[in-house]
Amino acid sequence: MYDLEDLYQEIVMDHNRRPRNFGEIKNPTNSANGFNPLCGDQITLQLHLKDGLVSDLAFIGVGCAISKSSASMMTEELKGKTLDHAENLFEAFRKMITRNPGDSYDSDLLGDLEILQGVSRYPARIKCATLAWHTLHSAIHDENNVVSTE
Amino acid sequence: MFNVEKIRDDFPILSKNVYGNPLVYLDNAATSQKPRQVIDALVDYYENYNANVHRGVHTLSMEATDKFEEAREKVATFINSESSDLVVWTRNASEGLNLIAYSWGEDNVHEGDEILLTPMEHHSNLVPWQELARRKNAVIKFIPMRENGTLDMDKVDDLITERTVLVSAVHMSNALGTINSVRELGQKAHQQGAKILVDGAQSVPHMPTNVQELDCDFLVFSGHKMLGPTGIGALYVKRDILNTMEPFLMGGEMVLEVSYEEASWADLPMRFEAGTPNIADSIGLGSAVDYLNDLGMENVRTHEKNLTSYALNKFKEADLDGMDLFGPDDPEVRGGVFSFNTVDVHPHDLGTFLDRMGIAVRTGHHCAMPLVRSLGVAATVRASFYLYNTEREVDILVDGVTEALRYFRDGSK
Repeated sequence: MYDLEDLYQEIVMDHNRRPRNFGEIKNPTNSANGFNPLCGDQITLQLHLKDGLVSDLAFIGVGCAISKSSASMMTEELKGKTLDHAENLFEAFRKMITRNPGDSYDSDLLGDLEILQGVSRYPARIKCATLAWHTLHSAIHDENNVVSTE
Repeated sequence: MFNVEKIRDDFPILSKNVYGNPLVYLDNAATSQKPRQVIDALVDYYENYNANVHRGVHTLSMEATDKFEEAREKVATFINSESSDLVVWTRNASEGLNLIAYSWGEDNVHEGDEILLTPMEHHSNLVPWQELARRKNAVIKFIPMRENGTLDMDKVDDLITERTVLVSAVHMSNALGTINSVRELGQKAHQQGAKILVDGAQSVPHMPTNVQELDCDFLVFSGHKMLGPTGIGALYVKRDILNTMEPFLMGGEMVLEVSYEEASWADLPMRFEAGTPNIADSIGLGSAVDYLNDLGMENVRTHEKNLTSYALNKFKEADLDGMDLFGPDDPEVRGGVFSFNTVDVHPHDLGTFLDRMGIAVRTGHHCAMPLVRSLGVAATVRASFYLYNTEREVDILVDGVTEALRYFRDGSK
């Protein structure tokens, strides 16, 4: 009715209402906290990394539909995948969301995550979509384990 | 006669559509819209008498100087300052507060001194004092707030001591709408020899302001929230204080005589206005003051008080599931600011949904992070009204919020 569907697609709304991998995991090897101070979004991400694989991961936190569904979809996408794959996805996702004119991104690689590409038309919401991914980056690379989008 | 429909015709932007819906502008606590008269005043200056002020002997410069000082007179009269030389142009309320913190604060706040604030200050009336207190080893205290978002005035007597040098309080909260008893705070401050600073950023645009009756030592406000242009604001300081304050910025315009070794300062208020001032926007603000005077500030306040009552009732009737509306429920002590949170729908999602209906609201912490946190939420949605808003727009807002909650909760539209 209000043409909101390019932002709030049904899959996004579903992840928002029923976030996947929401909670904590046993024996996390890596974790990080992410904040979006201007919105008040907050996420804690836990990973279990083994032999270059993300064998398990989960998140908890509060946030808008975009940040929550982005985190939920990210966890679903990464479980059982290699760290290299995670890095490549992050790169493709970032390109898709912060799309500059003429920029292209790897649509095949992103798969379902492409549903969030409508966010690129809402500059105020870009940080919501990328928060989980920046937090992932921090958890993997152990950079003081707290990231802020500001 | 206060005729809202006629008033709306003066504001070109209010006939705009957003996503095919008429704009419902409810972000007035952030900035107000501008009437044609103010826009015309800016164009008139640039087209007909653009020149620098106070130093030219040529015709345009004299005309610009006259209009520039006339605008200062208008602003001074608007707040009932005893004289226009007590009104210093600033960029905005924030700059006024920083000017006071640096100029007056450096000389008058010492180790162990106390500054008393309220918990509902905008960051601009908090951070400059935090930094001053750090430089001086001074102490900041806060007046407790009651559950309903009003100050607990019973605690004030115990909090103002002989160590208190300044009480600085927001007149009307930008996040809750609470109207604080700044006159009473001022009386209590003066009894202990402390100064009272009133942050009028949200009150000066919405109600009559009388600095002599308030008996405040300092008043700051911004032009852009009261129909004026951005980038212009004003600071009022009582004469005996302003006379003792050192200039904050040095340079042209603010000096009387300069040698290679030293300089002496110009008279009030120019010693606080280094460099070429914001001439066009000062004149624009003067025009905004004319507009407000034509309407009458008592009438503006009455209109907004009625709108506030109406909105409070509407929200109460709608009785939206899981929605918390913050701030006092008595329109006598509340301006037209409505901050709310819903348990399960994030303010940003609500804000985006409302935007698609043409409704402009603010979401976030409203530059009052500690306050919003103390409400137990990360962010709120804020709808704030002004003289051109209508009951119909309140209805659209309440319907919009109702629809948004339905959309995010069960997906139906």
